[in-house]
Amino acid sequence: MIQLKVNGSARKFDGEPEMPLLWYLRDVLDYTGTKFGCGAGLCGACTVHVNGEATRSCVTSMQDAAGKEITTIEGLGARSEHPLQAAWKQCNVSQCGYCQSGQIMQAAALLKAKPKPSNAEIDAAMQGNICRCGTYQRIRQAIQIAAGVKA
Amino acid sequence: MTRIEKVSRRGFLGSAIGAGALVLGVQIEQAEAAAPAWSPSVYLGLEPNGTAVIVAHRSEMGTGIRSVLPMVVADELGADWQKVRVQQAVGDSKYGSQNTDGSCSIRDFYDAMREAGATARLLLEQAAAKKWNVPAAECKGQNHFVVHAKSGKKAAYGDLVKVASTLPLPKKTDLRLKPESEFRYIGKEMPTIDQADHTRGAGKFGIDARMPGMLYASIERPPVFGATLRSFDDSAVKGVKGVVQTSTIPGFKPPHVFQALGGVAVLADSTWAAAQGRKKLKVEWDLGPNGSFDSGREKTEILAKIKQPGKVVRNVGDVDKVFAEAGKIHEASYYVPLLSHAPMEPPAAVAEWRDGKVVTYAATQNPQAVQEAVAGAMGIKKEDVTCHVTLLGGGFGRKSKPDYVCEAAMLSKQVGKPVKVVWSREDDIKFDFYHANAGMYMKAALDDKGRPTAWLHRSAFPSIGSTFDAAAEYAMELEMGMGWVDLPYAIANHRAENLPHKNHVRIGWMRAVAHIYHAFAVHSFVDELAAAANRDRVEYILDLLGPDRQVPIQPVGMKYWNNDQSQDKFPVDTGRLRRVLEVAAEKSGWANKKPGKGRALGVAAHRSFLTYVAAVVEVEVDDRGRVTIPRVDVAVDAGQIINPERARSQVEGAAVFGTSLAMMGEITAADGRIVQSNFNNYPVARINEAPRVTHVHLVPSKAPAAGIGEPGVPPIAPAITSAIFAATGKRIRELPVRKSKLV
Repeated sequence: MIQLKVNGSARKFDGEPEMPLLWYLRDVLDYTGTKFGCGAGLCGACTVHVNGEATRSCVTSMQDAAGKEITTIEGLGARSEHPLQAAWKQCNVSQCGYCQSGQIMQAAALLKAKPKPSNAEIDAAMQGNICRCGTYQRIRQAIQIAAGVKA
Repeated sequence: MTRIEKVSRRGFLGSAIGAGALVLGVQIEQAEAAAPAWSPSVYLGLEPNGTAVIVAHRSEMGTGIRSVLPMVVADELGADWQKVRVQQAVGDSKYGSQNTDGSCSIRDFYDAMREAGATARLLLEQAAAKKWNVPAAECKGQNHFVVHAKSGKKAAYGDLVKVASTLPLPKKTDLRLKPESEFRYIGKEMPTIDQADHTRGAGKFGIDARMPGMLYASIERPPVFGATLRSFDDSAVKGVKGVVQTSTIPGFKPPHVFQALGGVAVLADSTWAAAQGRKKLKVEWDLGPNGSFDSGREKTEILAKIKQPGKVVRNVGDVDKVFAEAGKIHEASYYVPLLSHAPMEPPAAVAEWRDGKVVTYAATQNPQAVQEAVAGAMGIKKEDVTCHVTLLGGGFGRKSKPDYVCEAAMLSKQVGKPVKVVWSREDDIKFDFYHANAGMYMKAALDDKGRPTAWLHRSAFPSIGSTFDAAAEYAMELEMGMGWVDLPYAIANHRAENLPHKNHVRIGWMRAVAHIYHAFAVHSFVDELAAAANRDRVEYILDLLGPDRQVPIQPVGMKYWNNDQSQDKFPVDTGRLRRVLEVAAEKSGWANKKPGKGRALGVAAHRSFLTYVAAVVEVEVDDRGRVTIPRVDVAVDAGQIINPERARSQVEGAAVFGTSLAMMGEITAADGRIVQSNFNNYPVARINEAPRVTHVHLVPSKAPAAGIGEPGVPPIAPAITSAIFAATGKRIRELPVRKSKLV
């Protein structure tokens, strides 16, 4: 029996310990804000926080998530909207919107570690997250707004 | 032409609109006599509580269309946008075309949306006039109220619905469409309805859809196009925890159109269990004639083929005569490989077969194609297929082809439960309807200023037509009409030719379609000619365009496609192309930015989807040959713009899409199998590889709305390679750029 916390709630899982966290979140808990994009840690659509670290849930097994605190996009601004979420709206970042959960979770971890990131630090932190619609310049702008740094 | 009628709430929308509502339907009248008599494509409902329900019949894949078209209705209605609810339509031919592609939603539906809103507003004004016993012309609907300025009376829309719904519909000639000065939403930077949801992970995509009791399927498909199942052994599959059963899907009958590819499916209680079970399958295939297909060999064949004469598809003057007169000749061949759409959400749908009918929730650009394809697969009527349209996590043309929905429906019938099909990324890359690989040969005779006196271009590529006619080898009118037979330059002698080529994989349309390879060849060649003449490239293109004029396009043996629009309404207008080129040059600082070490600008100007776009791209090539793109300037004349903010976002995204295909996109095949599998070997541009910033300059235009989703793509690749040549002296004639050594 694997125990973990998801968005503050204690959970138990007795399925395959090899199952990636992504499919537990999506198929078992119906937290569908976390997206599948590649299944190989190549695109970042599935990014969640595991004990506060941005983590690709598609390549994180349930046994590796045992005992950890998981935060998904649904949990990020649950109490009050995260500044990134407000900045995303201000910049109208989304086109199709599919990758944006992962983008925001990745950016949130970045701002936690580096509250005033430089352009180079933003690019380094965000280059694992693909947006096929090509919203990158607005993603960068929204992160700068949320961080209160000038472009 | 449009026709507006009141419709029965229950008959058309069931529970989607509340009781007592006034419901209007709008029909786009079609020219053909065979068109159905009454197939309204827009619905506007006003509920007694004042909520305006506007039905979005187009699919939302990121363009913002399901917000922007309803905003047009809301503006003419005089609605308060906060009191509007957008209802996504199911697939139904009564809406007219729902196929969301070809950058045509605004072009085709803008007028009808305005008339729908204006009709409802006039009814509400008339209802208020009746109530107050004043002339209707003195009543004005605005911000969800009708006001009578003289008396100061004011009534909420909701309170007028009951009376309005009893009034006869006004004649179209009585409608008072708003003057531009009164627009509140049209032409304004309105945020879309989905922005907030996307920041909370709350948008529901095809991959998020659920049906009670559903199983998850993972499908092992034929590894080669046209391969058939010989045998399979699933004995090891059943030991995988969570697996319920296996099932086979029969292969397609040519032409494949949107049929399922066939294969062996593993059904399980989770996505993961199904995928684990699939790994244990042992499957034997008969590979068929495509089992020896090799994309490298095919490239050699195509590049040899285009040296030979082909079918003439446009002919002006006599190029042979000019070429025979000797003088200076320049020639070049270009090649663009197969490409995959790779939307971030792979193909995904859930479907249930019950009592001879199918209900599906699908990420689809074309729910009516879902109805037809699923009906064909199941042997039922298309009216017995209900297709609910989810949000699409990207489409780019892939999700116009509903083979994945057929898979879900066929499996549901076999297992007696709803089935969800989610393609893995590997499935997506290996079993796409690929953007065609194309070879293009260009030849020009030049005068003493380096200007062409004769221009020949040939192309060969597997046609999209092969998806609908297995024997098709020549290009469709649509493909030749995309940047090939419609060359706008002032050149006295011009011939376009097409050579036949057989497909060996499924070929489909991808964002900007045949413009991608045609624009690459035409504008790269122009760039070479300008360089050979040692002339400024912008000045050279302006010279080629010649005086401002409308160029009648008269191909040989085919119609000029022109996006199915007349050349009277949407002519090829060199003045508009000149203007966007001038704006892009000015805004990018073209005249003042001279190439530095490893840094330079490139340019291309192209008309596509009736829209005129010029791109100036700045590149930096470092001493290890790595390319970065610090800045792109794109000038766009797309006619009237309904939402400038979403228009800019589409063009920004197109610059990234164009960068991906120019710099890194390539699908290859060996032994009939697609070599690439995921984003490691089919890379797309990341934040550090995309243009750092794209400045979009919307050129004010009085022309009718044209299109915005695709036309930003074609000029990007040739502008990038133009810049790389200016920066390094390396001429790139084959994409992607990453295959060329730059230092």
